[in-house]
Amino acid sequence: MYRYDEFDARFVKERVAQFRYQVERRLSGELTEDEFKPLRLMNGLYLQLHAYMLRIAVPYGTLSARQLRMLAHIARKYDKGYGHFTTRQNIQFNWPKLVDVPDILDDLATVEMHALQTSGNCIRNVTADHFAGAAADEIEDPRPIAEIIRQWSSLHPEFSYLPRKFKIAVGGAAHDRAALKFHDVAVEIVKNDAGETGYRVYAGGGMGRTPYVGHVVGDFVAKTDILAFLEAVMRVYNQSGRRDNIYKARIKILVNALGPEEMRRQVEREFAEIKTGGTLEVPAEEIARITDYFAPPKFEPLSDASPEFEAARNADANFRAWSDINLSTHRAPGYSIVTISLKPIGGVPGDASHEQLDALADLMDQFGIAEIRVSHEQNLVLPHVRKKDLPAIHTRLAELGLATANAGLVTDIIACPGLDYCDLANARSIPIAQRLSERFADLKRQRDIGELKIKISGCINACGHHHAGHIGILGVDKKGVEFYQLQLGGSGAEDASIGEILGPGFGEHEIVDAVERVVDTYLEKREGSERFLDTVRRLGLEPFKERAYAGWAFHI
Amino acid sequence: MPDGRSTYDSSTREPTRMPLIKNGILVEDHFETIADDAPFPTNGSIVSLARFHKDRETLLARNALLGVRLKSGESPEALGEDVLRLSVIVLEFPKFRDGRAFSWARMLRTRLGFTGEIRAVGHFLYDQLAFMHRVGIDAFEVPENITLPEFHRALGEMTDVYQPSADGRKTIRQLRAGA
Amino acid sequence: MASLPQILTANRLRDGDVVYWRGGSWVTSLADAEVFPDDPSAEAVLKAADAFVKGREVVNPYLFDVRIAAGEIKPVKEREIIRAAGPTVRPDLGKQSLGKWAYDV
Repeated sequence: MYRYDEFDARFVKERVAQFRYQVERRLSGELTEDEFKPLRLMNGLYLQLHAYMLRIAVPYGTLSARQLRMLAHIARKYDKGYGHFTTRQNIQFNWPKLVDVPDILDDLATVEMHALQTSGNCIRNVTADHFAGAAADEIEDPRPIAEIIRQWSSLHPEFSYLPRKFKIAVGGAAHDRAALKFHDVAVEIVKNDAGETGYRVYAGGGMGRTPYVGHVVGDFVAKTDILAFLEAVMRVYNQSGRRDNIYKARIKILVNALGPEEMRRQVEREFAEIKTGGTLEVPAEEIARITDYFAPPKFEPLSDASPEFEAARNADANFRAWSDINLSTHRAPGYSIVTISLKPIGGVPGDASHEQLDALADLMDQFGIAEIRVSHEQNLVLPHVRKKDLPAIHTRLAELGLATANAGLVTDIIACPGLDYCDLANARSIPIAQRLSERFADLKRQRDIGELKIKISGCINACGHHHAGHIGILGVDKKGVEFYQLQLGGSGAEDASIGEILGPGFGEHEIVDAVERVVDTYLEKREGSERFLDTVRRLGLEPFKERAYAGWAFHI
Repeated sequence: MPDGRSTYDSSTREPTRMPLIKNGILVEDHFETIADDAPFPTNGSIVSLARFHKDRETLLARNALLGVRLKSGESPEALGEDVLRLSVIVLEFPKFRDGRAFSWARMLRTRLGFTGEIRAVGHFLYDQLAFMHRVGIDAFEVPENITLPEFHRALGEMTDVYQPSADGRKTIRQLRAGA
Repeated sequence: MASLPQILTANRLRDGDVVYWRGGSWVTSLADAEVFPDDPSAEAVLKAADAFVKGREVVNPYLFDVRIAAGEIKPVKEREIIRAAGPTVRPDLGKQSLGKWAYDV
């Protein structure tokens, strides 16, 4: 993974000093809250329902054991002993004090971490496939270019006061595990007919009040040109994005208003001009230099058949189930990708205690695993694990409450913090996730249902990515009562689609039953090996609507 | 006045102004910003874009320094080739959150090749000064709390930069490569 | 139509804690908050809170509606009920864990 040199280290240190001075000026009254707010947001600090919330950047979701330990330390020293992993691969702490945040940032800087631009109207954390460098279907590791983009976007003088937030994701595999098409800009690694690697660039995707799937604005951008191209997109957006209405200020609105062709034309015009200047060209040596940081570990020459692994599968039903569900195919024989579920049945999705974080760091050291990843689905991933080590790792994870065998299944739910924590929320989302998790707890039933991604948001801002859920749930406030709207058929993968609303909302005590009826409908009507999503796409909403609202007095 | 910050008392023709920092020092303002319906002074005047379009011939024919003041939604492209005949371009920051002027300044320096004064007026923060300077703004109409020492402090907070901008500063990548 | 009684709340600047107005200062428990029976009295303290904003003690003061039943204060909006107690999914955290206010919706 990337290692800071003296420049990066000094940059982060100076940034902390900058923030410290901003806090001083806020406390002295020189800055009003209105002036301070965008400044603290640019350092990831929100004021939420109960307290401040600090969002720490985890660039492209990659962490070392040392960094995990620091996060555990911060949870203990400055917070209430736990952190929450987010749908953008970051980690959030819910209870820091404003006056402590500069010290927290100083501590983070000692392990090459920061909270730069995790909020605010600027370019946010660059996310990438959480299986990067390991997946069997990978064309190229997306993280080197994600790192190059991260550096370019850090304290960019021209693009720090955008109309609205800006989210970039990078993908490097045929299967999109980074929800590329729902990002403001996505960079997808592709190969052209000549076998050269370059980037397909999308713009205008987004969730929120008005979800959109992104459009291609660059079919094949050469590697050396990618920053020039992105700068062109950002410039068009900064100049022309709406500033009169925060709900119409994202680039998705601009792309939709101009139309993709006009957007493309404006971007290309700007791009051509930037290229002639030459200052944003990324030399091949630089790409190679950064790529070296992400070289995978030396994989041992192992056979893919591992006797230890097989023996454990035969001996232990729990291990067998977990290895069936939570492992993904690694490109190196004898290795596996492990998904550590942060969705224990009935638990708070995405939360981890400081004990768990420390224990995971120990586990990594013990088994020589240098990196752990945060997925946008609020789970953790160990990318390079020898199959022979899996039984011991599973045992340890089980002790830590981190071995729930539900990756990608119905209880692997994504939920935003919702009204339990968030100042913007209209309804609670976590308790709904918990009740759903408990309702569907039976593993046999879960496996029968198969892949089913439920995503829950507590407000229209859609931080739970409900538009991309196979089942999406949006919490709304109807005359002071929490109601939940169901959407079906969304997908954040390469087959991106926005879920369709089923009908009127369900009350807090109805929603779990409604979801169960929808799932039962799928089980009854599916054909062959169809997933839930496939059945919805084949049949449309009608049969699900009918069942969901069966027994309702009025005609839907 | 559009921004409400500098006031022009027409009875005495003595404008009360905020301090102007240009090229890192406090300077006298040799320009007067004049309203759309006011007559031109003998020395340098700054007019709105609307007025510039309306009285272009007259303005350019005068033997006096000329400047145009752009609202945040007005692109310098609207000045066409006349931009190079201007001595100063004033970029308004109606609210500090409105970041369009950052792109206008960069456009003026890089695409349009403007070498005159780019002056920022309106509401902007100490914390934006370094960015503003990087994109090519060289004159700042500053509020009271941004003293000259504070101005320089702001510019010096970050030793290095990751990305190129209108200031032509070497980036960290270039420094790493020993450029 | 008679307006509902109101309480004035804010967040403490330095640590973000939720606080409520009581007699010219701020308390951390909803149960201890001063209740304003009518709009004029409520608006008056909202204005008075300005001094605490300028004094950098609190941020974002605002009024919210409550109902009084059997001598107990109950916010009308669920958001304020949760804000007074703590996250409903972690009864061990927040004011509820200090016995200051129990979540009850």
